[in-house]
Amino acid sequence: MSEPEILRFENVSLRFEDTPALDQVSFRMIPGETVIIYGAAGSGKTTLLKTALGLLKPDSGRIYVFGEDVTNFTEPQWFPLRARMGILFQEGGLFDSMTIAENVAYPLLNSVAARASNQRGEVEEKVRQALRFVDLEQTLDKFPSELSGGMRRRVGIARAIVTEPRLVLYDSPTAGLDPITAYTIISLILKERDTLNASALLVTHRFQDGHLMAKFRYNPSSGQIEAASQNGGNAARTRFFVMNQGRLVFEGSLAELAAAKDPYVKKFAK
Amino acid sequence: MRNVFRSPHYGDDILIQMDVIGFGSLLIVMLIGLFSGLIMGQQMARALRTYGAIGQIGYVVSVALIRELGPVLVALLVAGRNASGIASELGSMKVTEQIDAMRALGTDPIQKLVTPRLIATAVTLPLLTIIADFLGLVGGYIIAHFQFAVPFSQYWVPAYQNLAYADVAEGTVKPFAFAIIIALVGCFYGMRTTGGTEGVGRATTRAVVVSSIWIFVTTYFIGAIFINMR
Repeated sequence: MSEPEILRFENVSLRFEDTPALDQVSFRMIPGETVIIYGAAGSGKTTLLKTALGLLKPDSGRIYVFGEDVTNFTEPQWFPLRARMGILFQEGGLFDSMTIAENVAYPLLNSVAARASNQRGEVEEKVRQALRFVDLEQTLDKFPSELSGGMRRRVGIARAIVTEPRLVLYDSPTAGLDPITAYTIISLILKERDTLNASALLVTHRFQDGHLMAKFRYNPSSGQIEAASQNGGNAARTRFFVMNQGRLVFEGSLAELAAAKDPYVKKFAK
Repeated sequence: MRNVFRSPHYGDDILIQMDVIGFGSLLIVMLIGLFSGLIMGQQMARALRTYGAIGQIGYVVSVALIRELGPVLVALLVAGRNASGIASELGSMKVTEQIDAMRALGTDPIQKLVTPRLIATAVTLPLLTIIADFLGLVGGYIIAHFQFAVPFSQYWVPAYQNLAYADVAEGTVKPFAFAIIIALVGCFYGMRTTGGTEGVGRATTRAVVVSSIWIFVTTYFIGAIFINMR
């Protein structure tokens, strides 16, 4: 345990009535690492993300975020921690009564941490910067309902990264999108990972998403996605998990995933 | 309730809610107030004239309106308009995971959503009640003067002089209590909404029904307390 941890689960279990949503889940993430979680619908991927964010409380086990034991944290204790994390919800999770600018500015203006620190200056510039990052600066005054599904996810990414969090959680960012838009979204996540060096926990059921994250990198000078070298960089620090019925049934690299023999795990390897 | 005093305070949200709940209800509250006074004046004047007590019309209208009718009618109106509005707004946010998003973005939804609505209702409902009471008295005067030829001073002097401090206190405590009921019931059912859009509909209906029932139960008990204090 030489490197500092950013997230650790120790035998975490959670049941919804009689159904196990998480079953003895254990793993750890270090700064700069990308973890891709594959799994069928209902396998517990989103539950894992929500538990990592403190939106759900585990029945048993222990959770550590940024080295702090948060298992028994109360809601107010979570607020400063969540300010250091970013989340992209499956459908974007945007506030439909707010404009895009207000949505992206939300964590800067409304979080308990932002209010306590009273650092509300430069909000407009930060919002523009985040929207420029996802190439949507022209949508500042629009409402979420005026945008397409892919654009809403891109705004969601802008909102997730506007506070420059150390850990970003992505809940099925490409679900329900056409292949071109899905590629755009993953490219933005790659760009975010390689420019801000944040750790990422990405839940998906599409093999291509994980493959891109593990094999490609963002080149800041060309502004393009290109094949990553095998020797280092964030792409090489990508690990893969596979979940089935609340259990973590696989943990390893892309090569190990490709070589997996388990019939369930193999389904996510191509 | 302790959230009212806990930081952070979302002052801008309180002002927005005061505008929605208070100013948004103003016109309809004025109409209800005026017409309840007109109706009371019409019904009471006939009965009082039978006993030769038409001169007491101002007193009867003011006591009935300020103690009971004004607060209850305004509260029922605001419950129908705003408890439902609060429940449906928060319910929609709940079922579309916007409340989870709020928590995930480091905001306390109780502080951000519930407290501003509670404070805004607690401030605006007593003010709306005062406006409705005054217009009700004006309505009673219109009937008394134009239909039953009651002079100005014969209506307004008893209406003012016979009012005890306890009557005014009762008429102020009630809207404050009703405001807490309306805001908390609306927020409670909104924040607990499950079951998609159908669930939002259920939450809205329950918020109106439950807050209306509690308004009647509470007005009885507050009335009983004031009667025993006299």
